[in-house]
Amino acid sequence: MSNKCDQPNMDRRKMIGGAIAATGAMTIAPGVILHAASVSDEASSGADAKHRWGMLIDSNKCADGCSACVDACNTEHGLKGHGRPATDAVWIRPVKLKDKQTGRENRLVMMCQHCEHPPCVDVCPTNASFKRVDGIVLVDRHRCIGCRYCMMACPYKARSFIHEALTEQSVNAPRGKGCVESCTLCVHRVDDGVMQTACQEACAEEGHAAILFGDLNDPNSEISKTLKSTNSVQIRADLELNTGVRYLNL
Amino acid sequence: MSKMYYRELYCGTPARYWSGLALLGVIIAIGLGAAYYMEHNGHWVTGMSNQIVWGLPHVFAIFLIVAASGALNVASIGSVFGGPLYKPLGRYSGLLAIGLLAGGLMVLVLDLGRPDRLIVAMTEYNFKSIFAWNVILYTGFFAIVGIYLWTMIDRSVNKYNRTVGFAAFFWRIALTTGTGSIFGFLVAREAYDAAIMAPMFVIMSFSYGLAFFIITLIAAYIWGDRELGDFRLTKLKNLLGVFVGAVFYFTLAYNLTNLYITQHHGIERFILLDGGVYTQMFWIGQIFIGSIIPLFLIYSPAFEKSRWAIAAASVAVLIGGFFQIYVIVIGGQAYPMNLFPGKEVVESGFYDGQVMSYVPTLPEAALGVAGIAVALTMVAVGARVFKVFPETLED
Repeated sequence: MSNKCDQPNMDRRKMIGGAIAATGAMTIAPGVILHAASVSDEASSGADAKHRWGMLIDSNKCADGCSACVDACNTEHGLKGHGRPATDAVWIRPVKLKDKQTGRENRLVMMCQHCEHPPCVDVCPTNASFKRVDGIVLVDRHRCIGCRYCMMACPYKARSFIHEALTEQSVNAPRGKGCVESCTLCVHRVDDGVMQTACQEACAEEGHAAILFGDLNDPNSEISKTLKSTNSVQIRADLELNTGVRYLNL
Repeated sequence: MSKMYYRELYCGTPARYWSGLALLGVIIAIGLGAAYYMEHNGHWVTGMSNQIVWGLPHVFAIFLIVAASGALNVASIGSVFGGPLYKPLGRYSGLLAIGLLAGGLMVLVLDLGRPDRLIVAMTEYNFKSIFAWNVILYTGFFAIVGIYLWTMIDRSVNKYNRTVGFAAFFWRIALTTGTGSIFGFLVAREAYDAAIMAPMFVIMSFSYGLAFFIITLIAAYIWGDRELGDFRLTKLKNLLGVFVGAVFYFTLAYNLTNLYITQHHGIERFILLDGGVYTQMFWIGQIFIGSIIPLFLIYSPAFEKSRWAIAAASVAVLIGGFFQIYVIVIGGQAYPMNLFPGKEVVESGFYDGQVMSYVPTLPEAALGVAGIAVALTMVAVGARVFKVFPETLED
C-alpha cells in the first residue's frame, strides 16, 4: 500500500465537488431556460397596452334563478364539478344580496375583478400571477407552485385551487392539478379578436343583457359610454385597486 | 470559571440512541407517506377547500419556522449580549434552530400544490412578494446559522463569532418579521391586515423557541445521562416568563386595536365570543394553557426549584403557541370576507358571507408531526456527530 493512504484523496474530493456542481447546474438550468422561454412568450403575446379590457354588470338585469353565464363559463373553459362544492373550481358565481337597512334585494355575478393593482400579483412569489398590458389578470400554470398565497390575498374570493387531476379539458383553458386559476376574461377570445366573453354571450342569449364586455380605454366603446353616463361602483372600492369589472344599480 | 468541555451525545447504550432515532424515522416515513397520498390524489383528500386554503400543515410549518428563529435566543444572548451563563449552550441553540427550520420548511414545501416545482420558487422571484423574500430569508438562515455554528465549534474561526452572531441576530429578526408580514400585509381579510403581526410574530418566536429549547435540553441531558444544573435552568425559566408575558401583551394589543376599529368588530366577536371551536382555542388553548398556566408555573414560589414545573411550563407554552397560530391561520380564514358592506348575502354560489368549517384530516396531521420529527432527528444526529453539548452543565 502506498504511504499516501492516510492523506485525503484530493481526486475523490474533486470528483465529488464536480458531481455536486453538475447536479446543481442540471437542477437549476431547466428553471432558467424555462424562465427565459416564458419571458419571451410573454413579450410576443398579443396583448396591446392601448386597450384595457373590462366588464360592466347591471345588477337590475341579473335575473333571479338564471345561471346561463355560469354554465357558459363552465362549458367554455371545461370546468366540471366533482360533487364537492367546497373544492370545485368556480370562475364566476351568482350572489344575491339584501340591503340590511332597506331590504332591497340585488343579484349580481362575481368573478376576478381584473384589478389595475392586483394584490394576487403583488404576493405571488414566482410571478405566476401576472397582469397583461391590456389589464387582464392571469395565472401562468407552468410557474404556479400552488402556494395559494394569491387566494389569501384576493379580496374578491375570485380564485380557485385545483384539488384533483383533470380530464377532458377544453383547449380554451389548459388547467392543472395543484395550480390556482380564475376568470381569464375569455382571453383566448380576445386574442382571437372575438370581443365577447362567453358569459356575456350567454346572458344576451337569455335576453337579460346584464353583462357588457369591452375596452375601457376606448371612449367610443359601449362600455365606456355607459360608464361615462351612469353611476357605476367598484366592489371594495376602499382598497383602491381600480377594478376592471364595474357594477350598475348595486 | 472552569473550562467547558464539549462532547458528542452518547446516550448510555447504543440501543437507546438508535431506538430513539428509529422511532423518529418511522414518524418521518409516515409523514412522507401522507404527503405522497395528498399529492397523488390532490388536496381534496385534506380538510382544505377553496375557502380555507391554508390548513393544518401551514399551522405546523409556521409554528416550527417561528420557533426556529426563537431557538437561536440562547446563542444570541451568549455571543451578542455577552451572557456568560448562556454561552455554553450556544452550539445547541444553533443546531436546534437549523433543525426546526428544516422541519417547518419540509412541511411547507410538501403542502404546496406543486411541490415538484420547488426549483421555480428558487429561481423565479417576485421581489414585491413577502413570500419570495421569505424564501431568501429561510435559505439565508441556514447559511448564516451554519457559519455561526462553525465559529462556535472551530477555534480557528472563533474570533469571528461575535460578528457572525450579530448577523444571525439581525437575520432572525428579519425572518420572523417576514413570517408575520405574510399575514400583516393582507388587506383582504379582517383578521390580518395589521402591521402589529410582524412584531407579534417576533415575540412569539422568542417564546416558542425558548420553550422548545428548554424542553429538548432537559430531554437531551436525561437521554445522555449528563448533569444539568438548576441555576442555569432557572435563568432560562425566568427568561421564558418574560417572553410569555410579552406574547400576552401583544395578543392584548392586537385584539384591543381591532376592537377600536369599528370595521373589525365582526372578526373580534368571532374570535372572542361566538366563533365556536376558534373561540375555545383562543380562551382555553392560547390564553389559559399558553399564558396563564406557564406564568403560574414559572412565577409561583411553590414551583421555584421544580424541574418538572419548568418542563410543564415549556410544554404548555408550546401547546398554547400551536393554538395561537391555529386561531390566526385557520380562524382568520374561516371568518367570511365582507365584500358587500351593509348588505346581507342571501344566496351565493361560493359560500359568500358564510363561516367556513375546516376539519383537519389525519394525513395533514401526520405530515405536520413529521416536521417536528425531522427537527428532532437533525438535533439527534447533529449532537452525535458534532461536539454540541457541554459534558456537564452543573452549577
